[in-house]
Amino acid sequence: MTLCRVLGTVVSTVKHPAYKGLKLYFVQPVDPDGNPVEPAFLAVDQVQAGPGDLVLVMSEGNGARQILRQKQLPIRSIVVGVVDAVDARNPLGPPEGTIARGEA
Amino acid sequence: MYLGRVVGTVVATRKADGLDGLRLLVVQPLNPDLSPRGNVVVAIDVVQAGPDEIVHLVGSREASLAVPAGLPLAPVDAAIVGIVDSVDVEARP
Repeated sequence: MTLCRVLGTVVSTVKHPAYKGLKLYFVQPVDPDGNPVEPAFLAVDQVQAGPGDLVLVMSEGNGARQILRQKQLPIRSIVVGVVDAVDARNPLGPPEGTIARGEA
Repeated sequence: MYLGRVVGTVVATRKADGLDGLRLLVVQPLNPDLSPRGNVVVAIDVVQAGPDEIVHLVGSREASLAVPAGLPLAPVDAAIVGIVDSVDVEARP
């Protein structure tokens, strides 16, 4: 599962029946600090998240089929949680304990 | 799942059995601001999308699950599953 920021909504009237009644969001994968890391993609909402929320997105079809309890479902990505807090060191940032040049 | 714009069609006479009767469209994937992203893909269309329309697609194995019930699963890795009316995305910082 990935940490994402909800960018906004995508609305469509004509759609595959599997998408009826589901909210579709544009989500932006982010690092623990909230910086974008990969191209944004679409995910359906299962937790009443809203634009601007930090969320947990699962991108795996089998899990999606289990959550929505359907056998044949053309859906891969689902928002499965609204994140309250992240407590993590950014793995792409400087390692813990290093002193930035110019400091000290 | 991602957003795209229909930019053309593909016609193939000789093809795998599961592709019979399915429309093939050329789609340009889009960013949230509707600018193009990456290379075009060829996707099956199950919602009768037209040229220049903005659509949403599903990729990978789940694309083959988009074919109407009763038809054999199609050997595809992209399927158009919706015609987009509006995209409401906040301005990026």
